[in-house]
Amino acid sequence: MSDGAVLDAVWLTLKLATVSTLILLLVATPIAWWLACTRSRLRASVAALVTLPLVLPPTVLGFYLLVALGPEGPLGRLTQALGLGVLSFTFAGLVLGSVIFSLPFAVQPIQRAFESMGARPMEVAATLGARPLDAFFSVALPYARPGLMTAGVLGFSHTVGEFGVVLMIGGNIPGETRVISTQIYGYVEAMQYNEAHWLAALMVVFSFAVLFLVSSIRSRAGRLL
Amino acid sequence: MRRRLQHVLICGLWLAMLAVRAPAMPAAEARIAVAANFAGPMQRLVPLFESATGHRLLVAVGSTGALHAQIRHGAPFDVFLAGDTTTPAMLRAAGVGVEGYSFTYATGRLVLWSGDPRLVDGEGAVLRSREWRRLAIANPALAPYGKAAIETLGHLGLIEQVRSRLVQGENIAQTLQFVASGNAQLGFVALSQVMQDGRMTAGSMWRVPREWHAAIAQDALLLQRGRDNPAAVAFLEFLRGARAREVMQRFGYEFPAEGS
Repeated sequence: MSDGAVLDAVWLTLKLATVSTLILLLVATPIAWWLACTRSRLRASVAALVTLPLVLPPTVLGFYLLVALGPEGPLGRLTQALGLGVLSFTFAGLVLGSVIFSLPFAVQPIQRAFESMGARPMEVAATLGARPLDAFFSVALPYARPGLMTAGVLGFSHTVGEFGVVLMIGGNIPGETRVISTQIYGYVEAMQYNEAHWLAALMVVFSFAVLFLVSSIRSRAGRLL
Repeated sequence: MRRRLQHVLICGLWLAMLAVRAPAMPAAEARIAVAANFAGPMQRLVPLFESATGHRLLVAVGSTGALHAQIRHGAPFDVFLAGDTTTPAMLRAAGVGVEGYSFTYATGRLVLWSGDPRLVDGEGAVLRSREWRRLAIANPALAPYGKAAIETLGHLGLIEQVRSRLVQGENIAQTLQFVASGNAQLGFVALSQVMQDGRMTAGSMWRVPREWHAAIAQDALLLQRGRDNPAAVAFLEFLRGARAREVMQRFGYEFPAEGS
């Protein structure tokens, strides 16, 4: 039974991290582009807003999400009006929480990549007759690939290690919201230290492997360039 | 210049007050680890105790399981007010607690509670209805109130029926949060959490009959670190006294030792 619970948690964590990372990249890329290019007066406030999850303790963020996602909260009203129901205690709710929580980790590397490109390549593309959207996809995005990759890895590993937000809005439902980190915490609190050690070791090895892989791929890519 | 004089005067007065207040026994400070369900009454008990004795208390609230792990690994607490009886027994067996300084300070009551004033009826029949989407309980592996909730559902023969609609809080405080925020429509929580000064604070509730689950007896334990701490020992005495019991009673706790 314990093995099944562990496998469920591992599988769920990977699923959560994958889905969150994909959404994260889709959301973070336009924001990063806008932040890199805009001269709007709103820039500073948007940048601060995006970075805020970095500062707030995860449990605090989780608590506000719980309130906001609830049937009386603004997000809860919205999701109910859209026919999605209330998202707290659901996988979709965890994805939402993870995306918000990891947003700064995804936006910043992509934004740096766009900024380091400068305005010149896009201007050249424009003089060659490329329309802005076309130029964005064929020039800017490929240029920012290392940034996108860093963002993806950071977003993924951050979600794997995420705990506070999940604890607050998850409700510890097996197969739905019980991820590795909350499972380890449960084991520790129940004084099942053996299970906790095993799962924690698994998590450390896995995270190390992912980070190692990425960093070696990146240094090889760097040499090729 | 006058300002300065004022400051000096205030400081002097303050020092004088300290000197007057200091009782025959020097005031001490004790750190108390408190189970989440007892956070409310503890808030009332601390000032009562402090003004009566001059001692000072520092309170840390957590789930019984988490506090146990911390105490086992050297957390600097003098007294442990647990949410159950097995955890203090384990600490005693491990030699972390002081023999002879352990007793049941209160027995908790489990209630089914909703923030909606009309949802919960006097018999708990709402559990069989479809009028709710989520039922919050504390994690039964960690929290005594969670265990009692599962026993109650078992008594009603409803475990399988409600399983897919259960959500678990890490401790009883978080469980209440799930219900109070409306994310869960119903929850099994401690009576002490929804009762204050002898009255229910909001919503609707049903008191689960005592016989439907094992009694939620809560034990206090003096820890080795607090062995020679007068504040710790005095607080345990205070906890047994009539004044403390009156406060606890208003939060819905009971005292089976008196055989009511």
